[in-house]
Amino acid sequence: MTPTLTMATATRVLQQIRHDHRTLGLMLIMPCVLLGLLALIYQNTPVFDSIGAPLLGIFPFLTMFLVTSIATLRERQSGTLERLLAMPLGKGDMVGGYALAFGLLATVQAVVASGFAVLVLGLDVAGSAWLLLLVAVVDALLGTALGLFLSAFAATEFQAVQFLPAFVLPQFLLCGLLVPRDQLPTVLQWISDVLPLSYAVDAMQTITSYANGTAQVLGDVAVVLCFVLALIGLGAATLRRRTP
Amino acid sequence: MTGAIGAVEYHEAVSATRSARHNERSWVMNWFDRDRAEKSAPRVRASTHGRHELDRQLAIRIEALRVVRGGRTVIPGLDLTVRRGQLVGLLGPSGCGKSTLMRSIVGVQKVTGGSIEVFGQPAGSSGLRSRTGYLTQQPSVYQDLTVIENLRYFAKVIGLPRKKLDDEVSRLLNQVDLADHASARAGSLSGGQLSRVSLAAALVGAPELLVLDEPTVGLDPVLRRDLWSIFRRLTQAGVTLLVSSHVMDEAVRCDRLLLMRNGTMLADDTLRGVLESTGALDPEQAFLTLVDRAAARQTAGQAEGDSGVGGASQARGGVPA
Repeated sequence: MTPTLTMATATRVLQQIRHDHRTLGLMLIMPCVLLGLLALIYQNTPVFDSIGAPLLGIFPFLTMFLVTSIATLRERQSGTLERLLAMPLGKGDMVGGYALAFGLLATVQAVVASGFAVLVLGLDVAGSAWLLLLVAVVDALLGTALGLFLSAFAATEFQAVQFLPAFVLPQFLLCGLLVPRDQLPTVLQWISDVLPLSYAVDAMQTITSYANGTAQVLGDVAVVLCFVLALIGLGAATLRRRTP
Repeated sequence: MTGAIGAVEYHEAVSATRSARHNERSWVMNWFDRDRAEKSAPRVRASTHGRHELDRQLAIRIEALRVVRGGRTVIPGLDLTVRRGQLVGLLGPSGCGKSTLMRSIVGVQKVTGGSIEVFGQPAGSSGLRSRTGYLTQQPSVYQDLTVIENLRYFAKVIGLPRKKLDDEVSRLLNQVDLADHASARAGSLSGGQLSRVSLAAALVGAPELLVLDEPTVGLDPVLRRDLWSIFRRLTQAGVTLLVSSHVMDEAVRCDRLLLMRNGTMLADDTLRGVLESTGALDPEQAFLTLVDRAAARQTAGQAEGDSGVGGASQARGGVPA
């Protein structure tokens, strides 16, 4: 892995996104629209304040997952990946460049969505708004990392899109948002314990309910970040220069 | 020389073939003799010193290459050497294994057996990646980036320092005649322009070996001629080119022709040599003749217990695919 090549790749990915105004707009605006919709549905009830934060973690996770898996799949299908792998680009530069570029986008997206939720929609959480922002960014990074890793196993766009119900929705069902994790059947609890989104939602729920849960939140953030690094590492490891 | 071979050359080729036809065996021997004289020198393995000396003249050395893709044997066993500075045309119908061979040479193909060396190093070694330019069959550039952005990125990947990027990009744009479209988004270009962007990306950093998979497909005759003159100039500068095409007419542009079918080489000769040995009037007819002969040889080989014909790599044409 060479820093200049990783940076060059990240710059190139951002240039591509910059040319695609509609994608950029959708990425930044959609989480805000969804959160706004949620606030409207639950207006005059305390529900928005209780599920707003967890969903603020989940929406960027979803969009970043989709954008990343399609972007890397496109790289594979257009032949540019093959060209790059015949050039002096390290596998780490490739995956690292994507992680950096989408990580930056994820951060911008999380900042916009959190700002909108707190300042415009009046999302009221017990913990600090900065902590809320931090968790939103880490969740978006998780989506990027999962997309980078899983797209290696998708041969077509159809498959890549099917990975959303296959690998993301089960995490959503088991993350503790629908049913608290400690009330799940034991086996499902175990499964929920090894899924990264559970920790992301745990962190958001702590921020929602407790003013002094910072240590606990940072613990969950650390777990999610470990998943992020492991997925990026796996993404680089499963990238093959030689293909059948 | 454009379009077809010169009239004089053509007549020489035809008359030589006519005389050779009187004795089928003699032309076969002639063919192999000349073949050996022309390119067998690198195959001599008399002494390690000799081999070392020859290796320095070689761009590509392939021995017993075998590639199986998805349970299908694409290349059953192929030997090939290419000297530096040669312009080699790899011709054959689509699906004959051209792309697989090229992918193997640049080190992105999983290989089942055999060895490939490029400039004396195993194909795909990290040291080779900046010395080899590879053009994939589909234009492989970022359609959502401008031409300049594409070339700048690939130039950075090859390791050019920031200061030299602008010079390199404008050199490439001039080389493929795209300076007028430098700021256009690649996706908005025509097919021919797009494949020239892709070619420019393969030329980034002036590689010593260019492996170009169908670079002229879909281009108009003027552009094709221009590209072939670029290729010619590159070989004069010492660059080795392996250029594939399924258009047999392009044979006239190459120093050496490799006619490929079902993963084996039907012929490895100059255009003139191929025409003489087959008695054909054009490369396409020559190819067809060679296909028929290979089929006949295969049947004969099976009947005689597969004793093999000749000693050169062409004999492998008789190995069942």
